[in-house]
Amino acid sequence: MTVRKNQASLTAEEKRRFVAALLELKRTGRYDAFVTTHNAFILGDTDNGERTGHRSPSFLPWHRRFLLEFERALQSVDASVALPYWDWSADRSTRSSLWAPDFLGGTGRSRDGQVMDGPFAASAGNWPITVRVDGRTFLRRALGAGVSELPTRAEVDSVLAMATYDMAPWNSGSDGFRNHLEGWRGVNLHNRVHVWVGGQMATGVSPNDPVFWLHHAYIDKLWAEWQRRHPSSPYLPGGGTPNVVDLNETMKPWNDTTPAALLDHTRHYTFDV
Amino acid sequence: MPELTRRRALGAAAVVAAGVPLVALPAARADDQGHHTPEVPETPAASGAPAAFDEIYKGRRIQGRTVTDGGGHHGGGHGGDGHGGGHHGGGYAVFVDGVELHVMRNADGSWISVISHYDPVDTPRAAARAAVDELQGARLLPFPSN
Repeated sequence: MTVRKNQASLTAEEKRRFVAALLELKRTGRYDAFVTTHNAFILGDTDNGERTGHRSPSFLPWHRRFLLEFERALQSVDASVALPYWDWSADRSTRSSLWAPDFLGGTGRSRDGQVMDGPFAASAGNWPITVRVDGRTFLRRALGAGVSELPTRAEVDSVLAMATYDMAPWNSGSDGFRNHLEGWRGVNLHNRVHVWVGGQMATGVSPNDPVFWLHHAYIDKLWAEWQRRHPSSPYLPGGGTPNVVDLNETMKPWNDTTPAALLDHTRHYTFDV
Repeated sequence: MPELTRRRALGAAAVVAAGVPLVALPAARADDQGHHTPEVPETPAASGAPAAFDEIYKGRRIQGRTVTDGGGHHGGGHGGDGHGGGHHGGGYAVFVDGVELHVMRNADGSWISVISHYDPVDTPRAAARAAVDELQGARLLPFPSN
């Protein structure tokens, strides 16, 4: 059984194997297919039209399945690897071990945002940015530049306290847990972290930065924590909602799974705490 | 949102000038009701689309305008099933040095672009400026290639 661990508690060997598996997926082109899929949904999901991956109730189950697909790809390279998660409410500094050269590397240089250290620096030659929205082919970051503070634990708790999963109009204008976690309303959790990292993470091609997976693994864990706090609160909507994935409707691009089938993460993985 | 506020203020002023009782209507709604204000050139179309703009910002030309949605000029994703293919800015397009920047209007009227997708700003002009800031001189790639 896969156990997803806090990135801060990984051993040196676990970090080395995770990085090696990422680089191998990149080398074979499988990594970039995930970037392409994500950007397609970013461009296609709209508040008044069909919406599946973002700004909609299925934001959480869609990313759960997306991460499962990615984790299985990693495990096809190295069966010992699991996705770690980044609790940005605890490891909230640019000096976190997450950003060390033996793991993800640090922030970008001021001139052009280019990441200069770590396994994903352009200078290492193993991480070309091929699925992109502009001419730059190197990984970029600007940690803490777009917004100065990552969310606090108190802000996370304020969102976990919301008892209703999601509400009409089921988009970026909704009240409820999902949209506050996603960040279009309120204290802003998920969206703010993308902005804090900067570089490609702030764009539609955000999975170009490997921290995308660690960020979303923690968002996914917060969904599980919310379920534990509100055991009688269901996924909503339950049915008959145009343009929105209801509980028992299948989700694109897989078309073989529903939010209902993804509510229980323990069928696929557990967390270290 | 300085631009919308200004437009609302202009619209309200025009309504007062026309001798109609002042009501708190957005400018676009006032337009729908026939309170046309030819002395206010920036009054938006009845669709509620923002005004066009064209300026040089940090050495780059940014433009925004209402477009007729021809469709099919970019693949919005979702497996080519007919989803996507149009502008998600509600028939409004933004360009940086002539290359179209994918923008989207949120339910609350704010805007994002593919270059700053998680950080809403008040207007498409602000989204264009944010993109120029983020690009740091790099060229934008036209979608559908992105």
